[in-house]
Amino acid sequence: MQSIINSLYNMRSLDELAKKESLIHSLHPLVKLLTTFIYLSVVVSFGRYEIGGLLHLIFYPILIFSLAELPVVPILKRILYAQSFIIGICILNPLFDQHTIILGGIVISRGWITFLSIFIKGGLTAAASILLIATTGIDRLAVALRMLKIPRIFVLQLLLTYRYITVMIEEVSRMVRAYSLRAPGQKGIQRSVWGSFAGQLILRTFDRSQRVYQSMILRGFTGEYNTGAVAKVNFKDFAYLAGWSLFFIIGRIFNIPMFIGILVIGVIK
Amino acid sequence: MHMADALISPVVGGIMLINTAGVAVYSIKKIKNDMDEKKVPLMGVMGAFVFVAQMINFSIPGTGSSGHIGGGMLLAILLGPYAGFLTMASILFIQALFFGDGGLLAYGCNLFNLGFCTCFIAYPLIYKWIICKGAESKRIFRASMFSALIGLQMGAFSVVIETFISGKTELTFGTFLLMMQSIHLAIGLVEGVVTATIITFIWRARPEIIEKAAIGEALGNIYIKKVLIGILIAVVMVGGLLSWFASKNPDGLEWSIGKNSGTTEVKAQDEIYNTLQEIQSKTVFLPDYSFKINEGATQAENAWPSINSGTSISGIVGGTLTLTLATFIGLVIRWGKRKSS
Repeated sequence: MQSIINSLYNMRSLDELAKKESLIHSLHPLVKLLTTFIYLSVVVSFGRYEIGGLLHLIFYPILIFSLAELPVVPILKRILYAQSFIIGICILNPLFDQHTIILGGIVISRGWITFLSIFIKGGLTAAASILLIATTGIDRLAVALRMLKIPRIFVLQLLLTYRYITVMIEEVSRMVRAYSLRAPGQKGIQRSVWGSFAGQLILRTFDRSQRVYQSMILRGFTGEYNTGAVAKVNFKDFAYLAGWSLFFIIGRIFNIPMFIGILVIGVIK
Repeated sequence: MHMADALISPVVGGIMLINTAGVAVYSIKKIKNDMDEKKVPLMGVMGAFVFVAQMINFSIPGTGSSGHIGGGMLLAILLGPYAGFLTMASILFIQALFFGDGGLLAYGCNLFNLGFCTCFIAYPLIYKWIICKGAESKRIFRASMFSALIGLQMGAFSVVIETFISGKTELTFGTFLLMMQSIHLAIGLVEGVVTATIITFIWRARPEIIEKAAIGEALGNIYIKKVLIGILIAVVMVGGLLSWFASKNPDGLEWSIGKNSGTTEVKAQDEIYNTLQEIQSKTVFLPDYSFKINEGATQAENAWPSINSGTSISGIVGGTLTLTLATFIGLVIRWGKRKSS
């Protein structure tokens, strides 16, 4: 029950964040989508033993957080939650790879290095996806998808799904609440009502979709989902894409943190 | 079950994206041809339903715990395979964006595992096969249960293959396979029974919904053949082009070059490496910045990539400084913005 309400809250809060006005929010959605893809490709292209070379990539989420004035804690919580599958699969790495290395005088299993590397990559990639939607919003992202020639029917269906999630969440939470009030102390929906509980909801969903379709037709729906005028890609957008791409690629070729380390230690010496 | 970006390599992610995009385009073409446009809002609302249904906890008898459904097979049965696949595609897209559940780069993999395996393999080959003798309550129950169970098993198997080819984890193929299949057998049983119960309920209340979805969308032989050819091409592409990624070595290309080249060349490489190391040790600010490597690691069969062959103090210092710098810049921008507003 709590998770249903939390999801509703989470989605609405991301919608609210996407409506903010900032430098990042004002950028063209297509540019943000492409930058995100380049970033993701660079992050996952690092080998499983690499940690140092990855670290400069944290500049991207941190700068987006700051420039877009997004709240850090709730988004960070969401990123950590998304890491559960990664932790589940990779926590066994130290057991499977028992080669040891000495790091700062401490002997550790090499599996911990791979675990940490995947954990960092997981965090960075999850952050990139969530930050994209938190600074763009689903409607503007749909425009970017259309510009990439993603078929109209898919984009339309995506937007409809998104729009109806909140409606359905409200409906399901009412049903779950009603059920739990009639069957207190039970964990989940009982076996005897599995079919009727979800089945009734599906039947209502079908009827609702018919009503939705009829009202769309009455309001002049012709198969196109209008998202309003979107500005063209201008110099600022292009500079954003080019700047980040250059940074990612340079960081991929040269180990920036290592350079900083060598430089600083050299100066100290 | 959702694969994260961090678990796949860009090549595997890219190939799976292209593959599933092809299936999506084919599905769009199919639904444009043979369905009424009423299905578009229906797909939207059903997508929302499955999204939400995943949050309903069904108590599992005799265990004291509860589970939820994935919904791929439910969509295939209620909407038909094409609309079902497209609906699954939008659910996964929203989950990746809003919840970081599965990544954008791994989107193709997830769509294949959760959408393709259910809608295009389990649905036509299991569900339709059982149902073809005529629809009646018990048969529908059996058909939906087995197809949901097998669809999930196939999805889990694909996760193992994709992870293994990407070469990101240390798990051996056998261990990972055993782990994933057995866990998903238990999950699949719950998914199967819940899906079957729901479908049977709908069959009793409104049989026309299930009949409608099945009419005109039965995958005849020709389509199954096309699907199988598609899978075969994908397997050959993935297996042939990416086999080196399956090696234990992180840099597969280097590994394959090392394996294929003669001993002299390898020796020559070693000499070049040693010379370069000498030059490097003379030019760097801190000649002895590298840690000594543990003997075990040097003797290891696996080549340890450069960054870790001497995990250096410079790397640690540089890494810490990079993180500090990034955080500092972020805080300064925030502070500046707050001041100006």
